[in-house]
Amino acid sequence: MTGTTDSLLASNLESVDSVEALVVDAAAALGLDEDARMDLGLAVREAMVNAVAHGNEYSPDKQVRLILERRTDAVKVTIIDQGEGFDLNRVPDPTQGENLMRESGRGLLLMQAFVDEFSVKRTASGGAEVVLVKYAS
Amino acid sequence: MSARFTTRQVGDVTVIDAVGRFTLGEGSSLLRDTVRNLVAAGNKKLLLNLNEVSYIDSSGVGELVYSYTTVTGQQGQFKLLGLTKRVHDLLQITKLYTVFEVHDDETQAVRSFS
Repeated sequence: MTGTTDSLLASNLESVDSVEALVVDAAAALGLDEDARMDLGLAVREAMVNAVAHGNEYSPDKQVRLILERRTDAVKVTIIDQGEGFDLNRVPDPTQGENLMRESGRGLLLMQAFVDEFSVKRTASGGAEVVLVKYAS
Repeated sequence: MSARFTTRQVGDVTVIDAVGRFTLGEGSSLLRDTVRNLVAAGNKKLLLNLNEVSYIDSSGVGELVYSYTTVTGQQGQFKLLGLTKRVHDLLQITKLYTVFEVHDDETQAVRSFS
């Protein structure tokens, strides 16, 4: 089933879990195998955690916007928060020596590793907009 | 299912058996608590069995790093056992595979502790 849904979600971990499950279901409907579904699910989970925890800082006054596009050839997920956004080029590389043993900072690395297309930008209102695309093979 | 951790003693090595999803809000801090308590009690040879963990996110990876640095910071040893393919891939991507000592066989893993 193709189509687009656009929704606003609370900034909590329940939203993270529900969006991951929703996207994995969409990937299954597209015919992605289990590994690919889990790859997309993990990337989306990381993006949602970033939005909820780092962007919106769990604020009950801020929401996460989810745009889920079920296409015939791919699942496209756009996640937008109401935080201050960030510059991808300024994010420390977690695989480099001085950062390797940090406890956090690997979410963006994993997002990029587990989807076919990844982009991030700062929205006009200042938040972060992350786009993740996984194609059917 | 949230991650659960149980411990058992094999000689002087403490094996921590992990089961479930190892993600933010689903038990990742439980490992932190378990390791902290074990080290405080004098157990400094820890083997984390991840054979029943099929899913881990960056928060879970962070907890592995915390566990490693906590134990080695107390002159202990922290090793991993039984990585599933996904966890193995995750450690490769994050380049932490070079940091952790990883074993496939528990008997050999236990013997590897000095």
